[in-house]
Amino acid sequence: MAAFLPRRALLGAAALAAVPAGAQSLPTLLNVSYDPTRELYRAFNAAFAAHWAKENGGQRIRVNSSHGGSGSQARAVIDGQQADVVTLALAYDVEAIAERGLIDKGWMGRLPHNSAPYTSTIVFLTRKGNPKGLRDWGDLAKEGVGVVTPNPKTSGGARWNYLAAWAWAQRQPGGSDAAAEELLGRILRNVTVLDTGARGSTTSFVQRGQGDVLLAWENEAHLALKEFGAGQFDIVLPSLSILAEPSVTVVDRNVDRRGTRAVAEAYLRHLYSPEGQALAAQHFYRPRDAGVLAAAGGVFPPLNMVTIDEAFGGWAEAQKAHFADGGSFDRIYRPSR
Amino acid sequence: MISSPATRDRPLTRWTAVILAVLLLTVFLALPLAAVFTEALRRGWETALAAYADPDAQSAIMLTLLVAAIAVPVNTLGGIAAAWCVAKYEFPGKRLLVALIELPFSVSPVISGMVFVLVFGAQGWLGPWLQERGVQIIFALPGLVLATVFVTFPFVARTLIPLMQEQGRTEEEAAATLGASGWQSFRLVTLPNVKWALLTGVLLCNARAMGEFGAVSVVSGHIRGETNTMPLYIEILYNEYQFAAAFAVAALLALLALVTLFAKTLLERFSGRRREIA
Repeated sequence: MAAFLPRRALLGAAALAAVPAGAQSLPTLLNVSYDPTRELYRAFNAAFAAHWAKENGGQRIRVNSSHGGSGSQARAVIDGQQADVVTLALAYDVEAIAERGLIDKGWMGRLPHNSAPYTSTIVFLTRKGNPKGLRDWGDLAKEGVGVVTPNPKTSGGARWNYLAAWAWAQRQPGGSDAAAEELLGRILRNVTVLDTGARGSTTSFVQRGQGDVLLAWENEAHLALKEFGAGQFDIVLPSLSILAEPSVTVVDRNVDRRGTRAVAEAYLRHLYSPEGQALAAQHFYRPRDAGVLAAAGGVFPPLNMVTIDEAFGGWAEAQKAHFADGGSFDRIYRPSR
Repeated sequence: MISSPATRDRPLTRWTAVILAVLLLTVFLALPLAAVFTEALRRGWETALAAYADPDAQSAIMLTLLVAAIAVPVNTLGGIAAAWCVAKYEFPGKRLLVALIELPFSVSPVISGMVFVLVFGAQGWLGPWLQERGVQIIFALPGLVLATVFVTFPFVARTLIPLMQEQGRTEEEAAATLGASGWQSFRLVTLPNVKWALLTGVLLCNARAMGEFGAVSVVSGHIRGETNTMPLYIEILYNEYQFAAAFAVAALLALLALVTLFAKTLLERFSGRRREIA
């Protein structure tokens, strides 16, 4: 038999390859978001699609989302990912996209509350009963405490963690930048796992049992409690934390090219609606709407929080001083130790 | 039992080697594989089946099969061409070509992915040109295929080259003296001589194409239901605390690989028997 066997198989494979991927005609919207918002946007995307259909004579749309470390997601949009909207962990990452001309300057003023429809803060998640007695930022620097946090170079949440600790140290008696740098150095030496994103850190702490304390988004800490039962972990509120305002905006160049501006803008506006705010609260983000916040009751206890503007003069300054190449994080963090 | 002279007098060495090999295989292969399947079924068949029924899972499975269905034929043709050049001809720069063929084996897959972002990304060399024409390569199917083709290129070529070199050129030369054209001699002499090795290479290439994570992760963009292949989807499920679903999809991927390897073993047996008959 001289005939060559797989020829027919090859032809079959080629025919299969000619079938186009995802041959759907539904208009789609892509939300490029950060790590811990997966559950929130899964629920919100469905809610928005229903809302849009109701408002637009039954037009069906499909909202996709992509999740990862906030910094790397911004990088992907800069590299050409066709995001219609970005909902990232911090304004700085949105600003990085705006600097490349993909988003108009002044985007932050386009929506209420600095374009942050919900807020969060940084809390501690400890093992049940808090066996190491970790009450405040200073305790994290103690000998023998294992700290889990993501890497500030790639994760938005990690930058909030870092700045919250810094702000606390500055406000202690005799506090200064030098004292803050010293404290951060000691905390970072206690870090057992430095994941690239917030969710990776949560998995390390919760699932793989790494470390004594996870520095986490408040929403991420509550989600871990919900997923794994309240019996295993405690949420500890430090005496001072930072008000995190995750920013959302339309990616102007992409929506103009794709013709999706109207639906993209409606999507973001819907985050501020009672339904959007209630979904945010359900997923443990602090809603802006006072009524929804009050209805959530004891889930969001009042907490002493500084803002990035008052404590650090805004993200551009904070980024330059702490996370850019040669910033305080580079000076402090020596992984080989 | 017949032993070779080299091992006849050293049963201790022989048994140590056997026990060590079995131990290593158990710890590093059998146990993890068993763990994948136990985890997948820990919450029952229903949960596992529900995981496959999820539209995002189906999209990931289809995308993985589609990417492999494009990348494997491309690499089969490319691999045959490369092996043919290297094994049957002498030309300047041949060593360089061999090194290039093997390059994807030595470069980290993450770097392979990043290279494509640098070339085809919006800020890359060709990015602006492509964007003006509305062509999306990175964060879409073409990027996934490119990255997979790059990473799996060496499999076919590497399996064919040693065999083709060993066979030499005599049969082709004989064909030429009998008046065969280049294409005839390739089709009637060269290919039949290497077809079993070729199938082995294709199957290995396929197994890797379906399982590739690093390079694909960089160029995917991780859009749910759109650009997530099975390995990426497994990571996402795991990160969303859906452990049973994650392992259910992982078990399916492992099964695909096992079927591939099983087919390869069967083929090797079959080809061995044929050679004896011949």
